Order: sequence, then C-alpha cells, then structure tokens
Amino acid sequence: MALTDPFARSRGLRLRQRLQHGDLIFWLVALGFALLVVALLLIIVAVTWDGSREARETFGIVGFITSTDWNPVTGEFGALPAIYGTVVSSMIALVLAAPPAIMIGVFLSDLCPARLRAPLSLMVELLAAIPSVVYGMWGVFVLIPFYRTFIASPISNAVGDQIPIFEGPVAVGRGLLVAGIILAIMILPTIAAVSRDVLTVVPTHQKEAMLALGATRWEVIRHAQLPYARAGIVGGMMLGLGRALGETMAALMVIGNMPRIETSLFQPATTAAAQIASQLPTTESDLHASSLILMALVLFLITLAANSIARLLVWNVSRSSGGR
Amino acid sequence: MANPGDRAERYLGQRTSRRGFIRGAAAAGLLVTAGTAFGGCDPDSAEVDPDAPDTGDITLTGSGATFPDPIYQLWIDEFRSVRPDIVINYQSVGSGQGKRDFINNVTDFGSSDAYLTDEEMARVPGALHIPTVIGAVAVTYNLEGFEGIQLSGETLASMYLGEITNWSDPRIQEENPHLEMPDHDVATIFRSDGAGTTWIFTDYLAKVSDAWAEQVGTGTSVQWPVGFGGEKNAGVMASVQQTPGSIGYVELIYSLVIGMPVVALRNRQGNYVPPTLESVQEAAAGYLDDLPDDLRVSITDPPEGEHAYPVSGLTWILLRRERENRAETEALIDFIYWALTEGDQLAVDLHYSPLPDEVLDITLGLLEEVHVDGEQIFRRPD
Repeated sequence: MALTDPFARSRGLRLRQRLQHGDLIFWLVALGFALLVVALLLIIVAVTWDGSREARETFGIVGFITSTDWNPVTGEFGALPAIYGTVVSSMIALVLAAPPAIMIGVFLSDLCPARLRAPLSLMVELLAAIPSVVYGMWGVFVLIPFYRTFIASPISNAVGDQIPIFEGPVAVGRGLLVAGIILAIMILPTIAAVSRDVLTVVPTHQKEAMLALGATRWEVIRHAQLPYARAGIVGGMMLGLGRALGETMAALMVIGNMPRIETSLFQPATTAAAQIASQLPTTESDLHASSLILMALVLFLITLAANSIARLLVWNVSRSSGGR
Repeated sequence: MANPGDRAERYLGQRTSRRGFIRGAAAAGLLVTAGTAFGGCDPDSAEVDPDAPDTGDITLTGSGATFPDPIYQLWIDEFRSVRPDIVINYQSVGSGQGKRDFINNVTDFGSSDAYLTDEEMARVPGALHIPTVIGAVAVTYNLEGFEGIQLSGETLASMYLGEITNWSDPRIQEENPHLEMPDHDVATIFRSDGAGTTWIFTDYLAKVSDAWAEQVGTGTSVQWPVGFGGEKNAGVMASVQQTPGSIGYVELIYSLVIGMPVVALRNRQGNYVPPTLESVQEAAAGYLDDLPDDLRVSITDPPEGEHAYPVSGLTWILLRRERENRAETEALIDFIYWALTEGDQLAVDLHYSPLPDEVLDITLGLLEEVHVDGEQIFRRPD
C-alpha cells in the first residue's frame, strides 16, 4: 500500500528545522499510537495462544474445530457447534437486517423531509447505543414470548414436517432464529448509519446528470446513487456482521446455549462468544478453561476471515462499480 | 449443647481480656456483658478509648462462590459492628475462580460450592473445608393448574435424559395418583453457565440413576442430552415461567423469593419432600454417619432423614491449616466463629439453612486445626 506522507515537503530539511514546528514530534506520537494497536493485537494473539496450549496439545487445532463434542465431565471439547451457531446466527442477522437498513439509509439521505431527518437519524444512532444486555432482556421478556406464539409455532406447525429447517418442537422458543432476529435488530443501526453517510456524499452532479436524462427519483437512486455508494454499503454490512459475530450478551440470553448442530432453526444452539462468557468463570478443569481460550482464538480467526472477505468484497465492488 | 450466642460471647470475651484488641466493644451490643466482666481486670482493654481512631486495621480478602454471597456480605457488614477493626472484602467471582485464587494463595480465604478435588488438595496440603450454610436446588415447573407434583430421582433423570418427553408418561402419572397428568410436551431447562447448582443437581441424578451416571455424569457444567440452556438462575426462571410444560432447577432461595411451584422429590425413605429450610437442614443431619472428618462431602440423596430433601449441598470457606500472620488469622477465625454461631439467624432471614448442631460441632473442631508457627489459634469455649 502506498503511504501518502503529508510531511513529504519537510523531508530533506535539517532535524532542527523539522522539529521547529513540532511536526516530527507529532508524527512520532501518532506513529506510537498506531503501533500500539498492532502491539495490542499481537499481545492478544500471544495470550490466547499461550493460554490455549493445553487444549491445542490435547486436541490439535484441526481436531478442535471439527469435533462436535463439548463434555466438561469427560474432558472432550470441540468447537464446531459453536462455530456453526456463530456463523449461522450472524448470517441470519445480516440477511434480515441489510435490506431494511439500506432502505433506511436511502430514506434518510434522499427521501426524508428535512424536518424529520435530524430526529430520525438520532433515533437510528440511539438504537446503536443501547447496551446489548438490554437487547437481551428485551429479547427474553418481550420478543421470545411473541416469537414463540406468533412466529415459530405457526411456521413449525404449518411447514415443519416438509421443511427441515423449520422443524419443531418449538418448546421454549430459544434458538438460532430468534438469536438471529435479535442480532439483526442490533446491527440494523450500524448498517443504516453507514449507508446514510455514504449515500449522502454521492456527488450532486451524478444525480443531476441522471435527472437531466429524465430519470425518475427511483432510477436516480437505483442507477446513480446505490452503485456509487456500493462499496461503502458493503463495508457497513461487514461492520454489522463483525458486531453480530462477536456479540455475546444478547446471544447468550436468547440462543438456548446448547452446543449442538441441529438442522432446525428453532432448536437451541450456541455461539462461540456466548459459550466463553457463560463458562469461563466456572470451569470444570484446566483443560476446560484452555479449550474456551482456544475457542476465543478460533472466534478471532472467524472475525479475521470475515474482515478479509469484506476487504476483498469492497475492493472488488469498488473496482466494478459504475459510478466513478 | 449450649446456646451458640453464649458461646460466642464467652469466646470473644476471652479474646477481649487476653489480647485487648476489641475496640468499641461497648458499642457492640452483644459484647456489653463480656466487656464489663473482663474489662475491669484487664489493663489493656481498660485503657482503650472507644472513640480512638483505629490504627491497626486488619484487612482480609476472600473470593469464590456466588451462591452464599448475599449472606457473606450481610455477615461481613454485621461483623463490622462487633469488630470495627477488621475489614473483610469478599468477591463473588464464582466457585472455580475462588478455588484457583485460594490455591494460588492470593486470598486469605476461598469459597466454593464444590470441595477441592484430590488433585487440587495435593496442591494445597492442609486445606481446610469449613462449611458455612447449606444450599439446596429446587426443581420448578410450569404446568398451570397442577399443584404439588411429586417425582422420584429416577423419573427426573429420565426427563433430563430425554426418555420421558410427555407429562402424561405413565412413570410420572404413577407417582402422582392425585393428579390427572396432562398430555403436554416436556421441555427441560438447564443452567448454561458453570454453576454449583448444576453440580448438586447432576450429583443427585448420578446417585439415583445409573443411566445418568453413565451417560452424563456430575459437573458444574455437563453435556446435556436434551433441553434448553438458561443463563444463571434468572435465565432458567424466565424460561420456565414463559414456557408451559417446562421443568427447570434453581437455587432454593431463588424459588422461595420468587414463589415458584416446586416439585416434591422422593428421598431414600420413600417420602416425597418439598424443599424447605428445615428439610434441607435435615438432609445434612441425615448424612452424619457418613460424614468424613474433613467435611468434604456431597450430601445429596441422604441415607437418613424421614423428611430430608435430597438435593442439597454444603458451601465451604477454604482455609489453610498453616498460616503466617497471627493477627490476621485470629481475625479471620473470629469472623468465621461469629458467623457460624451468631450469624445463623441472619442466614435464616435470607433463606439459607444454617448447619445442624452436629455438623457445627465438627466444623468448630476443624477451626481448631488452624495453626500459626505451630501454635493453635482457636480453642472452643467449653
């Protein structure tokens, strides 16, 4: 990556001249903080790597991520159910949240009456500021009873026998789907806010050019604005996905915490973050604790993978987007 | 057996005369008599000005189980008025962490719902298990209109194994002749976080059901064959309350405070007993014949006790037998002794079962084993 050095001009000057206005000092301080991020990241990796030694030596990383066992009594630990639960609940969240969130972004940037824009934007941002434990409680006491009675049970009764992913019994109602719904609500404001911001900065001449060609408002949005903002919107979606993957408290409270892979979305499951938060304080053995730390490392790899895919997507999208 | 209050007074009274470091004794109601009785003949304590600022405060730290946290905090609070010079910090970080902190010697005392394993004992030679209160696990359910359901441990195990999936199952019906059991699916709820509650519950199931012992076993978290996980007591309770046909287990205190319907469980004598403070206390007494000297014991499924509730367990304070700092050790034992003998009513107020007298006796014997530089620190008043 080519670094653009804003202080290139000062290169070649003598040290005292460069120090004269504090430029170099500022540059060094800023560099220090940037390196601090790298150091933190390395420390986290080192600590989890070290803490998970026992689990790695016992199961091996591959054995750990492919095993479906989670038995603290016999000391058999595998992360596959947690990985599955993490990925599937986050995907559900993304699929459910992205379309409405992008629409909210479009509305706020283009269609919203000026008087409504500020309060509406504030509301969206407020939604992002709600602590996740509050979402979890709302999920437990409001969403789950509603979801069980009016969504899960009817669907399961109607098509559960034909479509395996909707198979019953719904029972308590906790499971992958409801966790996905809660996560969707949580990542909605993130995607909406980013979408609004990137749509707002689409150059006016783009829109004006479309309008001059006789395009309708929908056509302007569809053909001029969305393509231009596509990279940013995808970035926002990935930001949301990142939050969903790592979300702990809300998922923990509604997913049913059962480390098992079931076809049906109505059955309880678990996520990596939820399992760590739930079990790390009271582990059965050192191997149990070590396995949870290895799980943290695996979760770290999952988010790393998601971020890399996001980078690739954004890069791909911005190369092919028409708007430029 | 003497009234525990008298014993405490006498013991702490002795302390006043011998060491004279109980400041503000007059302020502490329970020590008024002791203070005047001994104060006069002890120059040290006679000179103590009750209003003088405390200079030699002793700070003790402990960490561990969350289950006894409310009563420990209350005891610590109340003990401040007895011994203002002792500051105790208790952090409820969970039994597992409490054990680790104790083993690594970063706390003055540990606290745990599960006793140290033999492996852990090997790392802390001479660890003492001092039981403080008894906890019990209540099995609660949600079946509207069906009060007073009774179950045996075997049936309960079958439900949690997923073998019994309907409330109208003949095995449940047979034990509840007074009820017409409904045709309703069973949904079992378990604690998803590692919990002493789960340990006691699974320990009981493993004792009464071979299938459970074989397929699942005992632990603070286990591999559940079926069911839904709730986070902590509150999560289990919410799931049970929201789900018709569900069954779950919570700490007895929790169910008493919330007022949930509880299952009467069959004990070894064949009686169906609902969990109450008394039936829990009887469970501990029912184990007397089998109590090991170090009190590292699970008291689920007690062999004796007509009305003993079978799913209960002790919670312990962990101490080292050989300690270094004399003043701190004395303060710590003063606190534990006071809590066990004077604090029992406070415990009952918070719905904890205090130790039965016989167990208390053994416990005080364990306290006598604490030594500093080879010297015994505590002697029971006769």
